[in-house]
Amino acid sequence: MIGGLLDRANVDAVLNDLDEYAVEEALRIAETHGGNEEGGPNTVTVISMGPERATEAVRKALSMGANDAILISDPKLAGADALMTAETLSAVISKNQYDIVICGTESTDARMSVVPAMISEKLGWAQLTFASKVEVDPSAKKTSITRVTEAGVDEIVAQFPCVVSVVEKINEPRYPSFKGIMAAKKKTIEICDLASTGASVSTSWSAVLDAAPRPPRAAGVVITDDGSGGTKFVDFLAEKKLI
Amino acid sequence: MSNVLILADFVDGKATKSTVEIATAGARIGEVSAVVMAPIGQGAALSATLTQGPITKILIIESDDFAKHGVAAVADALSHVANQSKPDAVLLVSHAFGKEVAGRVAMKIQAGIITDAVDVAADCYTTQLVFGGSTTVHSKVSQGISIITVRPNTITADFIAATPAIENVSVQISENAKKSTITSSQPPVKGGRPELTEANIVVSGGRGTNGDFAAVENFADSLGAAVGASRAATDAGWYPHSHQVGQTGKTVSPQLYVACGISGAIQHRAGMQTSKTIVVINKDPEAPLFELADFGVVGDLFAVLPPATEGVKARKA
Ligand SMILES: Cc1cc2nc3c(=O)[nH]c(=O)nc-3n(C[C@H](O)[C@H](O)[C@H](O)COP(=O)(O)OP(=O)(O)OC[C@H]3O[C@@H](n4cnc5c(N)ncnc54)[C@H](O)[C@@H]3O)c2cc1C
Ligand SMILES: Nc1ncnc2c1ncn2[C@@H]1O[C@H](COP(=O)(O)O)[C@@H](O)[C@H]1O
Repeated sequence: MIGGLLDRANVDAVLNDLDEYAVEEALRIAETHGGNEEGGPNTVTVISMGPERATEAVRKALSMGANDAILISDPKLAGADALMTAETLSAVISKNQYDIVICGTESTDARMSVVPAMISEKLGWAQLTFASKVEVDPSAKKTSITRVTEAGVDEIVAQFPCVVSVVEKINEPRYPSFKGIMAAKKKTIEICDLASTGASVSTSWSAVLDAAPRPPRAAGVVITDDGSGGTKFVDFLAEKKLI
Repeated sequence: MSNVLILADFVDGKATKSTVEIATAGARIGEVSAVVMAPIGQGAALSATLTQGPITKILIIESDDFAKHGVAAVADALSHVANQSKPDAVLLVSHAFGKEVAGRVAMKIQAGIITDAVDVAADCYTTQLVFGGSTTVHSKVSQGISIITVRPNTITADFIAATPAIENVSVQISENAKKSTITSSQPPVKGGRPELTEANIVVSGGRGTNGDFAAVENFADSLGAAVGASRAATDAGWYPHSHQVGQTGKTVSPQLYVACGISGAIQHRAGMQTSKTIVVINKDPEAPLFELADFGVVGDLFAVLPPATEGVKARKA
């Protein structure tokens, strides 16, 4: 079993904090089911799409214990939208034999929470997203998750291969050990460009036209409670016609 | 004439206010057809709750695969309708389910997707707030159909009476969309309070409540408000996770947000920064959330909230 795994290196080239949970969960699955040695049956590959300086973030995942990594880096991918991101990642995933792809639920920069579902659609793999718990049964090639969203709690099962996304409550990501950091220096990061992924789209379909900082909020009134704070608060609400 | 598809959103068998909001946004672009995905035999009953909003047509699709296979099955059926009716835009509600359906539809029909719009114009030009609400961005899909998810409570709903034509559509769900199976489903536990993302007023409590949410709840009830919580409060088990506001909880943008005993970490701000009016009650005058406050009270929430609750009740009486 190979836990293929995604993480995104954001603008600051730090590992997207929500993706640390994905790295951690992939490592736990690999460790639970037969070791995580090089060439062993259960390996974790980190796949990331981002600028070359994202290497640092990928290295962090390697120092946590992932075996190897693929970084898709290409100026043509600058400002890629969700569709282009998902197409490119899917192309890379489908070149290898993964059983499970684990993502975070959202990237700290884009915060769309759509990429995992889009990859699942593209690859035709089962979608097991917003997981607060993941259980893998390698002999039955089955993954079960508990999905937690505002719509409630669902138990979902599927056969391999599947795309999982994990919420931040799922685990406590480990800190890389000194040994892990040293070992990560020797691990391979394969850097590839867009053309070599074989992805079918080459332009984004949605575009940001302009961006502007919002005007700062006008400074408000702050009072110190002297026993009349509650009443003054209600006066404020009435004045603003909020009651 | 342009036409727009919206995916009708239901909670407890009733169309939500968010459904009326996306219909309102859709009507700016063109004629709105609302797609109702229902278990077999329940399409008519669900559609009957779509009584408000500028909706011209209702398309009912009945299948038990929606409850069994979730997001993938709904996206499969919606893509099918989109391929048939070639809309200019497909609008959905921006919650986990709506966004994932939107993502799959975008991939399936190869269309551009924009999530978390807070406004949508007639030419599908959208407004989004990014980086925790600090920056306004305008985006547009450059070609083909625009798939847009709209954040609840950001568009003023047009509650005109709907008198739509009703059409039944039959769709065969593809095998690809049945690869994961939902074996059990538990709806969120709901009190009598409004839904957090839809509420006009949200009153939230944090670590400062020390586990006692009674004062926060009583004040919320005096205003007919929803109750939210910081992650410190949900992690401690003081309040259900479904009420968490913030980066990894819900994003709310009510008319009024009242934060009680919440310090104002960046992750909390990300979920409430776009509220129209913000009130902060905190005993520490240095609490960073005061920076966002339109009105702040430096004081003990247990001393400030009870008289405020009485004050609101007195004014409403
Ligand atoms: C990846 C990640 C995601 C996160 N996501 C979220 C999220 O979605 N939502 C979220 O909220 N947080 C989130 N956090 C946590 C966030 O960083 C803060 O730890 C959290 O918001 C703190 O909650 P708090 O303000 O209630 O607690 P504290 O920071 O401990 O603040 C408590 C405040 O209460 C005040 N207080 C104490 N007693 C009283 C009293 N009697 N009356 C009045 N005031 C009183 C204190 O002065 C203090 O300011 C996340 C963190 C991480 C790392
Ligand atoms: N450029 C990327 N490289 C690798 N993984 C990504 C990338 N973009 C998104 N993802 C994955 O998809 C998840 C959701 O991202 P998003 O849909 O952008 O919120 C992230 O937590 C990552 O696991």
